[in-house]
Amino acid sequence: MVKVLEPEIVKAELQAVGTRHPKLDAMDKVQGKAVYIHDLKVPRMLYGKILWSEHAHARIVKIDTSRAEKLPGVKTVITGYNTPEIRTGFFKDNPVLKKGKVRQYRDEVAAVAAESLEIAEEAIRLIDVEYEPLPAVFDPFEAMREDAPLIHEDKESNILKLPWKLVCGDPDEGRKQADYIAEDSYSLPWVTHCCMGTSGCLAEFHANGNLTVHSPTQIRYLAQRDFLEAMAALGLKDKRVQVITTAIGGAFGSKLDTYPFEFITILLAYYSGRPVRLIFNREEEFFATATRQKVEATISQGCTKDGRLTFRDIDMVLDNGAYTSWGATTPSVMMMPISSLYKVPNVRYVAKCVYTNNIYATAMRGYGNPQATFAIESQMDTLAEMAGFDPLEFRLINANTPGEITPQGFKVGTCGLKECLEAVRDSLKWKEKRGRRNGYGVGIGSLIHVGGGARIYKSDGCGTIIKLDDFGKVTVMSGATDMGQGADTVIAQIVAEELGVRIDDVVVIMGNTDQETWDVGAHASRTTFVAGNSALFAARNAKEQILELAAPLLNEPKENLSIKDRNVFSINNPEVSMELGRVLRALHYKTGGTQIVASYFYDPPTDMLDREMKGNFSAAYTYGVHGAEVKVDQETGQVEIQKYVIAMDVGKAINPMLLEGQLEGGVAMGLGYSLMEELHLDKGKVLNPNFLDYKIFTFPDMPEIESIIIETDEQSGPFGAKGIGEPPLVGSAPAIANAIYDATGKRIRSLPITMEKLVAQEDD
Amino acid sequence: MKISFQLNGESVTADVPDHITLLEMLREEFELIGVKEGCGQGECGSCTVLVDREAVNSCLMLAAFVNGKKVETIEGLAGAQGRLDPLQDAFVKHGAVQCGFCTPGMIMSAKALLDDNPCPDREQIKQGMAGNMCRCTGYIKIIEAIESVAKGGNSCG
Repeated sequence: MVKVLEPEIVKAELQAVGTRHPKLDAMDKVQGKAVYIHDLKVPRMLYGKILWSEHAHARIVKIDTSRAEKLPGVKTVITGYNTPEIRTGFFKDNPVLKKGKVRQYRDEVAAVAAESLEIAEEAIRLIDVEYEPLPAVFDPFEAMREDAPLIHEDKESNILKLPWKLVCGDPDEGRKQADYIAEDSYSLPWVTHCCMGTSGCLAEFHANGNLTVHSPTQIRYLAQRDFLEAMAALGLKDKRVQVITTAIGGAFGSKLDTYPFEFITILLAYYSGRPVRLIFNREEEFFATATRQKVEATISQGCTKDGRLTFRDIDMVLDNGAYTSWGATTPSVMMMPISSLYKVPNVRYVAKCVYTNNIYATAMRGYGNPQATFAIESQMDTLAEMAGFDPLEFRLINANTPGEITPQGFKVGTCGLKECLEAVRDSLKWKEKRGRRNGYGVGIGSLIHVGGGARIYKSDGCGTIIKLDDFGKVTVMSGATDMGQGADTVIAQIVAEELGVRIDDVVVIMGNTDQETWDVGAHASRTTFVAGNSALFAARNAKEQILELAAPLLNEPKENLSIKDRNVFSINNPEVSMELGRVLRALHYKTGGTQIVASYFYDPPTDMLDREMKGNFSAAYTYGVHGAEVKVDQETGQVEIQKYVIAMDVGKAINPMLLEGQLEGGVAMGLGYSLMEELHLDKGKVLNPNFLDYKIFTFPDMPEIESIIIETDEQSGPFGAKGIGEPPLVGSAPAIANAIYDATGKRIRSLPITMEKLVAQEDD
Repeated sequence: MKISFQLNGESVTADVPDHITLLEMLREEFELIGVKEGCGQGECGSCTVLVDREAVNSCLMLAAFVNGKKVETIEGLAGAQGRLDPLQDAFVKHGAVQCGFCTPGMIMSAKALLDDNPCPDREQIKQGMAGNMCRCTGYIKIIEAIESVAKGGNSCG
């Protein structure tokens, strides 16, 4: 269902934008022709394998690789002791091969490259490591104590020097102004991405010393930069690194950083002189990739008698695990809902990230927002009840409005939060269904997310190069990354619309650092907005060139010309027209001829957050509301989702079918987070590294979903669009928790909301 | 050991070690990369192929077992000049493909489901496809794609 808020401002007569065009690579994928990293082979390729730590915290006394080296078929065995040190991670605290000690299960102790995977696996078994176990710490609160074992000896404390803090207005005064105050604690588990295609890469050095890495990465240009550092460590400072993105078998943030296994593959390729491919098996994918971070949150919010929020105050402790990846920076995104979901004048937020001997965390769809929003939106219901308001009415009273500047300094352009709330209210039959307490209940969870890129890096840009051939066909070389979300198709639609050609006339090439211009990566729901704008402006540039050069051919001033249905024509006199391919050939095949090539580098007009963590870090903000109707069996704790509705203000649906796919897929992941997903750790070791013990939503679990698309026509976005990749899972957990509360009176404050928690007597 | 079987309509032979799985043989010996390994433990369904028209997890079946049998993979579905099978076409048109890694296994499971029950309702589709996991789509568009093929057949009334 597409609901257009302001029909009069939606651009008329769109041909390509707004259509339900199939994903461009779907034809290949349904025939099994897409080449993922697992399918890639090059001549003389070796197989890499890593030896993981058997302890959560231990001194490495001795590594004996002699038996592995003697195994026939083994080409190279490397450890931290026979390779130069390369460190990775946001704090550069993660040596890719461990020396001296290990700090977590899954630490990389040694690696081999061999003629076959079987030989590599056998070689790993032949490596003898002697450990001396060290006292370990697995609880971030214990890790903060002065007498806790230090995870990194070179640091003074286990608390990371990342003092996340945001203060807006006067939170103490806001507390005084409140007539009602709710105060609770919330607990969020480790969950993992569960990409259907496991992680891996292929590294190959060329005779000239340059390196090519094939990788299903979300960040090929940042990966290139990281791999160049590894090249410097190998004494190859001036050499080149080319990163080629393979088909990506799911990413969801897991491939937003570079990890030790990638550097290990590069080292294996370097020392063996052969191409090396290293791929995780499913068990490794579960225990050796980084997760969504575990969070403990204490939150209080207050409101006046007339239902207006006066303050919000949140303290968080994040279990950082043994090393830093992007997980340690997620508080920067958590600040967004904390400061700017609803109008809340006074805000205080403090978060600590703490090293432990647990697994470490990275980006995962939503980037901290799901955790923060679970706490905020669960408690909004609690506060509404204290103050005597219907929770949906309470949200409407406090809803953000278009054009507002939030306390953190976000310049909200379009904002359809109110419309989303009303749409979910109507869809759920809210008034009729709410408040029964008979095992049936309804609940909602609102959200804000960046919708116009996010300047978390110095550049939030994306480059596009466009060329047209002699036949009116268009090639777009985009820095963007398609990981299944449909960047290829959305970019083709935008370019086709602007250039007046058909979507099938456009080929979008992405995935080779030597071929396209820079892009920061597929994250922050930014690709449609940033890569879309980049493609739009490049196409506009190409169109300008075509019209300029076509003017003399058609004997019409340039201003009168446009392109539509593959024809250059006069707006004043449509009979004056020439087929686009003919125009292009006429420009090309003559003395001093030319071909049309255009490029654009788009970087959104946004700020890095300042020292106080304030500023407008996205060019647009996406709002939405999740709603659920549940049935809870109060004997067994079984939750059945009877109806699920998601209303999203997306600006403009460039491709409603692909957009629905984002909504439905995000909801499925969010419902798994709500009800069943959790990595269980025992003293740092993952206990459930398989799909039998780590449950994700499958077909029978999936409820019907009503997707309501609200179009607000964001002026800064391509054809009015805002980003949408992450929001579909952000609001799901509070919607489910609130619906369960409505059904049972039980308030569950820790995820996942399992049957065990629901049959327990006390609130959790 | 030496085995002979029908692979996507052609008679083939292979000389494979006893311990090799059907998945490994199809990917390594026959370069059928559309057969995907998602877990290697029979949990995710990405490696689904048809053996004598039954959907199986090829990661759990030994290659030797298909001696004398008919094996169909995603590569065998499209007809002459790349004409797609109705299920493949429906997956494309209904937006049932995102990252695509689970897609070949999904389509093969759907093929077996419709072979067994040409007119499944949504609940039967959900149950019939329960062994195939997808992390991108939320399953809805896959259900719609399968439903469209079922309804597109003449027998569903």
